Amino acid sequence: MPPGEPLLRPDWIVQNLDVIGERLAEHLGMTATAVAVGFLISFVLALLIRQRRTLTAAVMGTAGILYAIPSLALFAFLIPFTGISFLTAEIALVSYTLLILVRNILLGLDSVPGDVLEAANGMGYTTRQRLWRVELPIALPIIVAGLRIATVTTVGLVTVTSLIGQGGLGYLIVVVGINGFFPTATYVGAFLSVALAVAADTLLLAIQRRLTPWSRARGATT
Amino acid sequence: MTTAGPDDPPSVAALRTATPMTSTTSASSTSGAVVELDHVTKRYGPPGTAPAVNELSLTIPAGEICVLVGPSGCGKTTTMKMINRLVEPTSGRLTIDGRDVLQIPPVELRRGIGYVIQQVGLFPHMTVGANTAVVPRLLRWPEARIRARVDELLDLVGLDPAAYRDRYPSELSGGERQRVGVARALAADPPVMLMDEPFGAVDPIRRDRLQNEFLRLQARVRKTIVFVTHDVDEAIKMADRIAILQRGGILAQYDTPDAILAHPANDFVERFVGADRGLKRLSLARVRDLELIKPVVVTAGADQTGATGDLHASSVDYALLVDGGGRPLGWIRQGDLHGQGPINAEQATPGASLLEPETTLRDALSAMLASSVQLGVVVDARERVLGLISVDQISEVLQSGQLPVRADAAG
Repeated sequence: MPPGEPLLRPDWIVQNLDVIGERLAEHLGMTATAVAVGFLISFVLALLIRQRRTLTAAVMGTAGILYAIPSLALFAFLIPFTGISFLTAEIALVSYTLLILVRNILLGLDSVPGDVLEAANGMGYTTRQRLWRVELPIALPIIVAGLRIATVTTVGLVTVTSLIGQGGLGYLIVVVGINGFFPTATYVGAFLSVALAVAADTLLLAIQRRLTPWSRARGATT
Repeated sequence: MTTAGPDDPPSVAALRTATPMTSTTSASSTSGAVVELDHVTKRYGPPGTAPAVNELSLTIPAGEICVLVGPSGCGKTTTMKMINRLVEPTSGRLTIDGRDVLQIPPVELRRGIGYVIQQVGLFPHMTVGANTAVVPRLLRWPEARIRARVDELLDLVGLDPAAYRDRYPSELSGGERQRVGVARALAADPPVMLMDEPFGAVDPIRRDRLQNEFLRLQARVRKTIVFVTHDVDEAIKMADRIAILQRGGILAQYDTPDAILAHPANDFVERFVGADRGLKRLSLARVRDLELIKPVVVTAGADQTGATGDLHASSVDYALLVDGGGRPLGWIRQGDLHGQGPINAEQATPGASLLEPETTLRDALSAMLASSVQLGVVVDARERVLGLISVDQISEVLQSGQLPVRADAAG
């Protein structure tokens, strides 16, 4: 840091609102893409596991290994194939969502009580109707809990992708702030990244509450 | 719970149903269908292993309650589940009104058969209304028809549609859930209902009320009901016919409750129904089958003089004290009356056993023996006094070995 450089320059922030906004939007887009793609893959994997429980160990083991690989190492492995690109960043980000999402989708589906499944079969639901109309709605709170963890984690991880030329707010934190000896950018990036994580988490919780009014209805006199 | 629900604790006696079925809408037009099992066998293991159900043949007449009863491992639930193909038989034929159920696609078959299980299995994410509407929705009824049907059904099972329609199962008591379960099973007016220990998870007092209520409901809808229980008392109370199964899915006896109690087919049946067969037969007659004794009724606050005279002239030793609305408060003995002045409630011996016409003689006997005065007050759905019965009347039945002639069950 050059001598005399203050920790925060409000005038810089005001003058660079457009750049900050762009990076925030990029961060949001990368997060949303990773979580959405990760969810789709996880959903398919979870359904496969439910069809064939013997796949559990293989799928969860692979997801666990992916989760354990350091992100820098993963970039290094991927760059020979996909280059220094958005795709490389997203592959890494998606990989990190799988373990949490597959696990929570399975936990959610397994949380559906046996008597509810038996009643659903006895009423004449087809397997598909049962999944969409009974099992998934009941599993929703646990699935959304998984989505919230995955989202918050991904918001944090996106900053790391600045090392391969992506990064959203990570660009402000690392490239402008750290590499450029300019603490204001680091602070702005870090603050917005945290704010984005909190906002996304709150929004998902609100959506879940809205979709599952029954999960809060209590007051039984059993 | 804010409104006075049907599961509030019973007040004077446990044997009355708190919520009478006051519905005026006509229930259902479809009466039951004949269900026939012809040499049905279910074997879970490979050929040669012991079957769960063995060469079982049963004909269940339309509109009757057939109770499958037996010890655990007797295959009663397996038998029931073969009727809607939740379990596929290994061999044999099952028909409903002559149609071979194995020729009907399972999903279609199940939508046409009511299904009630012990844990109820209400869908927690759906309101009471949506739970009740499940099968009509699967059958793609128009929404207006579904709405009308839901209200009709909730009314039928004694739940006020306006108060219950939009509640979630987690907001209901066990008894209320069970009623919703029954409403849901009846939704598409199926000719056949399968009920797997439907009242097993409810406490004994509520179970008794739900059973009475269900019998009244059945008197109106006349479905063919296959009812599974391990409780021989429940079987005797609910059944038109009982199939007693023994381990390995072998049919030990299939007959009316009275015939089974009077003439058990073998040692197994005799042991299974228990040593108190005579007492159990009392479950087969109901209070309405007895000739009611005319009570001496005195109203709280009325003058004592008239009551003294009435009690003198009557054959009973106790006058029944009622409140201004005609609801029983307790008993007054000759000695409790002190000549003049208004009668007040403190003079009475509290604890009149309230019985309904549908109460079994066995339950009536227990209730009367448990109260200080060995008389029971028979009341109608609005708690108006219809008459009295005495312990002596029931012991006469026991001594004669003849059950009183059953009045028309349609009431």
